[in-house]
Amino acid sequence: MPVDFSLCLTAAFLLLSPVGAVISNRRAGSPILYTASLLFSAALAGNALAFLISGGEPSTDVLPLGIPWMGAHFREDALSAVFIVVINLGAAGASFYALGYGRHEQEPRRVIPFYPAFLAAMNLVVLADDAFSFLLSWEFMSLSSWALVMAHHRAPANVRAGFVYLVMASFGTLALLLAFGLLAGPDGNYAFDAIRGSGRAAAHSWLVLLLILLGAGSKAGIVPLHVWLPLAHPAAPSHVSALMSGVMTKVAIYGFIRIIFDLVGAPEWWQGMAVLVLGGITAVIGVLYALMEHDLKRLLAYHTIENIGIIFIGLGLALAFRSNGMPAAAALSLTAALFHVFNHSLFKSLLFFGSGAVLNSTGARDMEQLGGLIHRMPQTAVAFLVGCVAISALPPLNGFASEWMTFQAILLSPSLPQWGLKLSVPATGALLALSAALAAACFVKAFGVTFLGRPRTARAAAAIETDIFSRLTMFIWAGLCVLFGVLPALAIDAIGPAVLGLLGARLAPQLPISWYLLVPISENRSSYDGLLVFLFIALSALFTAIAVHWLGSRAIRRSAIWDCGFPDPSPLAQYTAGSFAQPIRRVFGTLVFHAHEQVVIPAPGDVAPARFHVTLQDPAWDGIYAPLASAVSFAAGRLNVLQFLTIRRYLTLVFVTLVALLVVLAIWT
Amino acid sequence: MPDLAFDVAHLLAGSLVLVSLMLLYQDRLPALINVFALHAILLAASVAWQALVQDAPVLFVTAAIALGFKGIIIPGALRRIIVRLGIHREIEPVVGIGPTMLAGMALVALSMVVMLRATPAASPFAREDLAFALSVLLLGLLMMVSRRNAVGQVIGFMSLENGLILAATGAKGMPLVVEISVAFSILIAFIVIGIFLFRIRERFDTVDLQALDRARGDQR
Repeated sequence: MPVDFSLCLTAAFLLLSPVGAVISNRRAGSPILYTASLLFSAALAGNALAFLISGGEPSTDVLPLGIPWMGAHFREDALSAVFIVVINLGAAGASFYALGYGRHEQEPRRVIPFYPAFLAAMNLVVLADDAFSFLLSWEFMSLSSWALVMAHHRAPANVRAGFVYLVMASFGTLALLLAFGLLAGPDGNYAFDAIRGSGRAAAHSWLVLLLILLGAGSKAGIVPLHVWLPLAHPAAPSHVSALMSGVMTKVAIYGFIRIIFDLVGAPEWWQGMAVLVLGGITAVIGVLYALMEHDLKRLLAYHTIENIGIIFIGLGLALAFRSNGMPAAAALSLTAALFHVFNHSLFKSLLFFGSGAVLNSTGARDMEQLGGLIHRMPQTAVAFLVGCVAISALPPLNGFASEWMTFQAILLSPSLPQWGLKLSVPATGALLALSAALAAACFVKAFGVTFLGRPRTARAAAAIETDIFSRLTMFIWAGLCVLFGVLPALAIDAIGPAVLGLLGARLAPQLPISWYLLVPISENRSSYDGLLVFLFIALSALFTAIAVHWLGSRAIRRSAIWDCGFPDPSPLAQYTAGSFAQPIRRVFGTLVFHAHEQVVIPAPGDVAPARFHVTLQDPAWDGIYAPLASAVSFAAGRLNVLQFLTIRRYLTLVFVTLVALLVVLAIWT
Repeated sequence: MPDLAFDVAHLLAGSLVLVSLMLLYQDRLPALINVFALHAILLAASVAWQALVQDAPVLFVTAAIALGFKGIIIPGALRRIIVRLGIHREIEPVVGIGPTMLAGMALVALSMVVMLRATPAASPFAREDLAFALSVLLLGLLMMVSRRNAVGQVIGFMSLENGLILAATGAKGMPLVVEISVAFSILIAFIVIGIFLFRIRERFDTVDLQALDRARGDQR
């Protein structure tokens, strides 16, 4: 059965972890471990894909682990299979990339033992079929990824990132724990089957939704629970960053879908609206953060927040349509969300691989220290460019296909009966469009400042092309981005069974309609032909290039280079990331980040340079976390007295608590 | 016969509660220890009766442990300790006998209300037993809270633990009872030492035994 196969391979990952601890100091340790991880994850992904294509029945398994009278339940259905493919495709890519990248790791002992454990934990989360196994795997996933974040623990920034991550992860698990407590009720039947059948969720649906948004949302990076994400994701080694950003956030999405769509069921329309609006805000705030950021890896991490917002817009739409009994539209929204989950895992991994290659050969993450890398790392630049185009949702790449489907779902909103939804869905559509446009601007900045122009530092000038494994991985992933942009029907048909299992409806199978066309609703309403767009773009670009080459370079003239008004040849005079972001910072930054620009011009006669300062404030830190931290610190200061009581006072505390609880029990029943 | 079995169990458990209340107002340590020995003997009798009624011979072992350990050995040891510490003639002021007794009665009432309401489905045997056991437990806690002397606290804790054993034996078919009771007895030995260490630390600001030597005047 598929679930047994998946469990065996997950156990193999777990066994790999101690093996890694033993061999991590050997020279051959890292290649052996990453090759094994690559094989295991490829097998897992292949098995899940075969399960999806063959449309098999869900399989279950109970292992005698964990709570004695309950055991650990595992189940692999279509939804799990979709996410297993996402997880293990990302894992296979990261492992293959790490065959080259991992050689440069200074402290392999801090990475290699935790890497397979992290992969195992993510697989266990999507396989778990009871609340205990789910929470245990979830916490295991948090802890193993925390260990990877702390791999380079000597940098103070990484220590802080690890601390913030640990606090947020524990908080999120607490919220999930409480949510499962509400779902299981006083009988404490924590198997997912029992929760599904109980229908208890309806009584506390708003509380459950809030707790799940806190729990899964903090892991996925919903604004304002995102603060740990741009700190922790870049702190890890780049292949782990790719996994955390591209895959672990998707496991959080899985948790949300599993609980809200599968276990709770029967949503109210305002739940859809809440998720939708939250997704829209997350998308825009995430991309604005990214625009203000000039550290390449942190910029990518902020874009993860944006894409999580886009996915949550799809999920919110699916909830809204489902509550109004429109299964076809709900299926379209959910398919769009799941397709975007898959696409984002592809291009975000690709971009992190590219940033890892840049970091490896220049030692710099700050874009202001890079530049001109297209001449030194041409292959990386091409692959990175494909990733940039994909995440900017430009046709014919895969990011466009899934965002286009989300827009198709948004365009169905006039048929919704509630005015709240009628108004909020188009508004969210506007936010989505805004975030897509800003993302394109952001990646023009990222690619332009990093790869174009001239090198800004000696390190960037001395960069060399990265190793063959890294390049090969990036090209395969770029190829996948193109493939699923040109032929989205391949992925959508594989997602179909998962949507059918959750909503009782699915998009019509696309391949039988036509192998190159994407028809979400009906052919006379709208369709997207990725192949045609691709061919048109490719041919017109080819013709233009030929025409320019023939006509433009026929007459060769030699003359002094026009200096663009900058006779000073210093590379520092180039357009910087900060100057690129300035217009957008002025329009949005003053409102969202209280951006403040200050120009210091020295007095006449003074030879000091003029200076330009920009100060930004993070609304999430200042508005939520700083007050929260000071409140906790105040309470801790007050409660400090409790540490120094006599034993009799402690006993009195225990006694009074016990009696108080008994009195409550006596009054309650 | 079933009526007699229930009545005797009821009588024994009820007298355990009564003796728990008696423990509350003993202000001389030797008397306190004697009443505690009586408490343990009543527990042993109660467990033995349960063994007879439930036809569970393992419970006799539990009863023997209760009788031997708590009825004879620990009270004897405690008597020797207080004689050695020279506190056997001291009167330990109990914080207001009247309020303490009223609080004790309130606790008994509370445990009756909670237990009888919470277990309507259980057999009357187990119900009464559990209610009495909870009262004994709460009275033991009350005693630990109201005493200043370490010996008083130890006795409070052990009477609390007697309540636990009463609860465990009242329900039918508890196979691990013997092991649990032995484990608890060992635990108690640890707690006795632990609380003494706590008290020593509170009084001398250290658990260093030299401080004890100094206090006893053995310093060379």
